Amino acid sequence: MGDGAATLAVAATALVFGPLLVALIVFVVPWPALRERLALLVSIALLGALGTLSSELMTGGAARLALGARAAPLGIELALDGLSLAMLWMTALVALAVNAWAADWLRGAANASQRGFGVIWPVLWSALNALFLAADLFNVYVTLEIVTLAAVALVVLTRGRAALQAAMRYLVFALAGSILYLLGVALVYAASGVLTFALLPAALPPSPAASLALLVITAGLAMKAALFPVHGWLPAAHAAAPSPASAVLSALVVKAGAYLILRLWLGPFDALWSQALAQGMGAVGAAGIVYGSVQALRQQHIKRVIAYSTVAQLGYLPLLLPLASIAAWQGTVYHALNHGLAKAALFLAAGNLLHMHGDGRVHALRIADRQGALNVAAIAIAGVSLAGLPPSGGFVAKWWLLEAAFATGQWWWAIVIVAGGLLAAAYMVRLLHPALGHGAPHADATAHASAGALMLWAPFALAMLTLVLGSCGNWLAPYIAIGAPLPGHG
Amino acid sequence: MSLWAYCATAAGLFAIGLYGLLAYSDFIQRLLAANIMVSAVFLYLIVTAASTATPPHPVPQAMVLTGIVVAVSVTALALVLVLVRCLRALPDDAAPRPQDTAGSADG
Repeated sequence: MGDGAATLAVAATALVFGPLLVALIVFVVPWPALRERLALLVSIALLGALGTLSSELMTGGAARLALGARAAPLGIELALDGLSLAMLWMTALVALAVNAWAADWLRGAANASQRGFGVIWPVLWSALNALFLAADLFNVYVTLEIVTLAAVALVVLTRGRAALQAAMRYLVFALAGSILYLLGVALVYAASGVLTFALLPAALPPSPAASLALLVITAGLAMKAALFPVHGWLPAAHAAAPSPASAVLSALVVKAGAYLILRLWLGPFDALWSQALAQGMGAVGAAGIVYGSVQALRQQHIKRVIAYSTVAQLGYLPLLLPLASIAAWQGTVYHALNHGLAKAALFLAAGNLLHMHGDGRVHALRIADRQGALNVAAIAIAGVSLAGLPPSGGFVAKWWLLEAAFATGQWWWAIVIVAGGLLAAAYMVRLLHPALGHGAPHADATAHASAGALMLWAPFALAMLTLVLGSCGNWLAPYIAIGAPLPGHG
Repeated sequence: MSLWAYCATAAGLFAIGLYGLLAYSDFIQRLLAANIMVSAVFLYLIVTAASTATPPHPVPQAMVLTGIVVAVSVTALALVLVLVRCLRALPDDAAPRPQDTAGSADG
């Protein structure tokens, strides 16, 4: 137990318990000043904790931490590598922007749904941090359940029948997913007697029970991640939730499920699947990219366009399994990071539109004044990044994925990757088209509420961050590859 | 021998629950079906605890205990959603701030 382990323990504790304390304090002490500012202050402080973790990782490499000084298999371990650190940074940056946005949004007399957001969102935030640090199957189950419960509760914060029905549908899918995942955990434990990721490859040789476990765990996680055939709950739920909740659901929550699929396939279950199965997962992802994009082109409400875009963008993540190389690993992590920032920017900007104009129909998007211009600029930049145009992070991610596709001789995935980018460009252009002055003039140009400065700048800053990602790809690549379970490839 | 009977019971319960989840469209029926499925998984976990060692191994039992807590929480949230749906179906202001109820069930 050196100095590094102690630093790791303190930073990890802060990441999990900081947000949880925010939820408790805001719930128990109903002062508006606390509700507006506490979460924002904690998210700034947690950037420091994450910076410490990052420097530990850069100097010491991938790390494991036994809680309470008890080693696995009986003790509980946390683990940190390039992938989990990238996910933690994504969570931290999105949380910072959402908390800044919400600091304006919650100002003054908050209604019940705003008060609910102030309590439930920090619980979700804490659970996500715990999930990305968890290193055994059962802790993942527990953290995933907290994430799901908080996510469903966020959807139902919007009053009305549509939100309630969407939340119920979400809960049924999530519940089925949890049960399948838990069944898989039981099968793994019966076959191997261990749950820790690091110990599983040695303890779980290929067997029919292990294959069944892989199948049910993947199916369960796919339901939570809204991967293509089981995505049906996502568009309604993400469109119905309050806008800051939509941002965290689409940017972070679904990615937790996809993250776990990749982590488990490439780690504990690495021996259990063949290249044919990986091609099948890639095909599922490709179907999601095409289906989600086509649906996004057909939606009439801005939040539904963005929600279907999430179904499409999630389809890129399973492509890592057939492409399995370091370039694909970097591209996938970068895609997840870039999509998280861009998607949160889009939903927060959509929230501003609804706040300022009260009209979220696609053809009603207009630039009415300087506030509107800044907001539309955020949507446009995030759109550039989703479409994968240079100089955005999306471009770098797609570049690496294409490199992996050609290096492994799988040109068919290159077609999917490029087509997905073109489709994303198409639905973003359709979204922006009325704002560029090609629509009918605005009928009620006076019907505005003003948005606060933080509400306007938070999505714009997130969108600009995707451009920063685009320019520091080569610098970040070696850190993303720390602990990558793909030696000897690429 | 008796362990196989428990295993078969777990598999049967899981199948019944799965059928219920897929065949019914009513939310409460689906919730009950899901609870039957979860119970089946718990039973299976207890069987693994009994079969790997004597006395029974504690880890699966701890997992079942934690799983029960999770299942109860999820069921509670689901029932709150049902309650909110019922209250909102009543005329106008009979609904006492359902958002708060949903929030406290989770936080």
